[in-house]
Amino acid sequence: MSMLEIKNLRARADEQEILKGVDLTVEPGQVHAVMGPNGSGKSTLARVLAGDEAYEVTAGSVTYRGQDLLELDPEVRAREGLFLAFQYPVEIPGVSNVYFLKAALNAIRKHREESEMDAMEFLAYVRDKMKLVKMDETLLQRPVNEGFSGGEKKRNEIFHMAVLDPVLAVLDETDSGLDIDALKIVADGVNSLRSDERAFVVITHYQRLLQYIVPDVVHVMVDGRIVRSGGKELALELEERGYGWLEQELAGVAAPAGA
Amino acid sequence: MAVTVTTPQAVEPYLAHFERLRAHSTGPAELAELRQAAIERFAELGFPTLGQEEWRFTDVSPVTRTRFELAPDTAPPAGADVEPFSYPDCLRLVVANGRLVPELSDLAELPDGVTACGLAEAVANHPGLVADHLGRYASFDSHPFVALNTALWSDGVLVHVPRNTVVEKPFNVVVLGQPGAEPVALFPRLLVVAEESSQLTLVEQYATLGSGRYLACPVTEIVAQANAVVDHYKLQRESIDAFHMATFQIHQDRDSNVSSHSISWGGGVVRNDVNAMLDGEGCEATLNGLYMVEGEQLVDYHMRVEHAKPHCDSHELFKGILEGRSRSVFNGRIYVHPGAQKTDAKQTSRNLLLSPEALCNANPQLEIFADDVKCTHGSTVGQLDETAIFYLRSRGIGEEAARSLLTYAFAADIVERIRVPQVRRELEEFLFRRLPKGDIVRQAV
Repeated sequence: MSMLEIKNLRARADEQEILKGVDLTVEPGQVHAVMGPNGSGKSTLARVLAGDEAYEVTAGSVTYRGQDLLELDPEVRAREGLFLAFQYPVEIPGVSNVYFLKAALNAIRKHREESEMDAMEFLAYVRDKMKLVKMDETLLQRPVNEGFSGGEKKRNEIFHMAVLDPVLAVLDETDSGLDIDALKIVADGVNSLRSDERAFVVITHYQRLLQYIVPDVVHVMVDGRIVRSGGKELALELEERGYGWLEQELAGVAAPAGA
Repeated sequence: MAVTVTTPQAVEPYLAHFERLRAHSTGPAELAELRQAAIERFAELGFPTLGQEEWRFTDVSPVTRTRFELAPDTAPPAGADVEPFSYPDCLRLVVANGRLVPELSDLAELPDGVTACGLAEAVANHPGLVADHLGRYASFDSHPFVALNTALWSDGVLVHVPRNTVVEKPFNVVVLGQPGAEPVALFPRLLVVAEESSQLTLVEQYATLGSGRYLACPVTEIVAQANAVVDHYKLQRESIDAFHMATFQIHQDRDSNVSSHSISWGGGVVRNDVNAMLDGEGCEATLNGLYMVEGEQLVDYHMRVEHAKPHCDSHELFKGILEGRSRSVFNGRIYVHPGAQKTDAKQTSRNLLLSPEALCNANPQLEIFADDVKCTHGSTVGQLDETAIFYLRSRGIGEEAARSLLTYAFAADIVERIRVPQVRRELEEFLFRRLPKGDIVRQAV
């Protein structure tokens, strides 16, 4: 059984259709990269998968480990092992990063009928995960993302991912705006979590990330559809030629004869 | 705008109360004159109406329609009843139904030279202090409830900290309403004098024992003389049947620093007038607050910060959380006198509406008569951020808990500013109790 099977997914926000029939299948152990120009619907796809109610699904289906994903509330999706690393992580003043994670992890463990972790167990567990993303201890105690730099916020997302131990992680432009050191830390974090049971969908605007997180499959999304899929060479081709040729090719195909 | 006129019938019972009190009151002539002037002014002013600018959102007709008797000399509450309000490591003064109860108070660790006692006792034992300060700051000229308190108070608290003295332990003044079968009115009066270069922390708690309608009409005057530091907290957690009409008056001399946090979640109709007069150069005043109301509750904060001298800073940050059909009023006036140059005044009020039927009226008012000043104000009214809710849910937190966490987060910067751990804990515990899935919030903060 595939881990994730998206079929003809259509979604809109504020009366505007953004996803216009997305098909995507992810197997356990795989890393998929979704690339594409701005406004092509990459982030919308990530948010629809995580259950953002700002988007309305109008057609298609998403099957996640045999379940209808679209039927589940966002928190149930998370408890079932889906994780979304946000493009713009949200600041939550007054809520400590580490205690928040403990509450989140325990909600997930409870759902999986595992025992809740107490404070001591959790701290030991978290210390281990911090090393993965070279998180500073002070960022643990601070309120969630409050006053974090852009790079710290992205690293914190990877840290949350490491702690919550997802089955399928969707990374929404986690690399955007990062300097090379931060990018390597994020990539190292992801690579260390790669396993046969876990899968990643890495959404990115830039090919650079894929030098550090080597994908199994690369997809190109244009105007709400995946228009091309291939191996990691596709990313290199996009790097050289940009997206323009793909958009032109599509326009050529779609344009009525004689136009 | 509709103008309703207070009927003489509403005022008369209070005039009768005054006459009865006067018949058996002792004390210095100046005090009697002050009370007389106050009741006369009250008779002229009558109760406020919605037609008056300062009261246009706060209908006090439930107060004026109710016949309140002066709170009788009931038996003082049992020690166990006061226990929930008795913070450890504090100097405790308990005022029940308007009268200080010495047997429930604990002043064993009051430092030498510092005075803390009932106000009635102070009139007898410290007449100079009372005459010098009482009623000098809280004006009853335009405020009928201040006039009523000034005319009708029978007891309260005096705290006096002499020059260069630092009182480490907070004063915990517990003001209890003990309503009975008939509605009663309490007029507790607090006077706090911090002399030059002294320092003190004062907690005022307002709470209810038992049930029944009553009116709490307290007036607190705090004088911070030169270079004094005062840290003040007010916790208003009375029953829903309480009307709370309070005035808090701060008077600051040069280089003094007063901070106040006013927390309000109790009472049916609550009005807090918070006034600070910065009457010397180099003063700093911090006036913060947090209120959380539900059902049909109304909470009204009327702030007035007066910059009378140059080089003073004032900061105001108020947060309101409204549920159900509750309403809040925030009226923030900053008045900069001519010549009060280099004034730095900042005012922020934020309201979070958790229900479509909740309503907030926020009204900043800046009156500036100096030309080299910095005055800013900001006011927001909004709902929880849906993106933030989604963010929390995407981590496995349920929707209700996510909303509660964000509500807590909204309140957090006031919670974190509270320096008295007992008060801070009290507020945190309230939020954990009140917010749905509070156990998850407790775990996550």
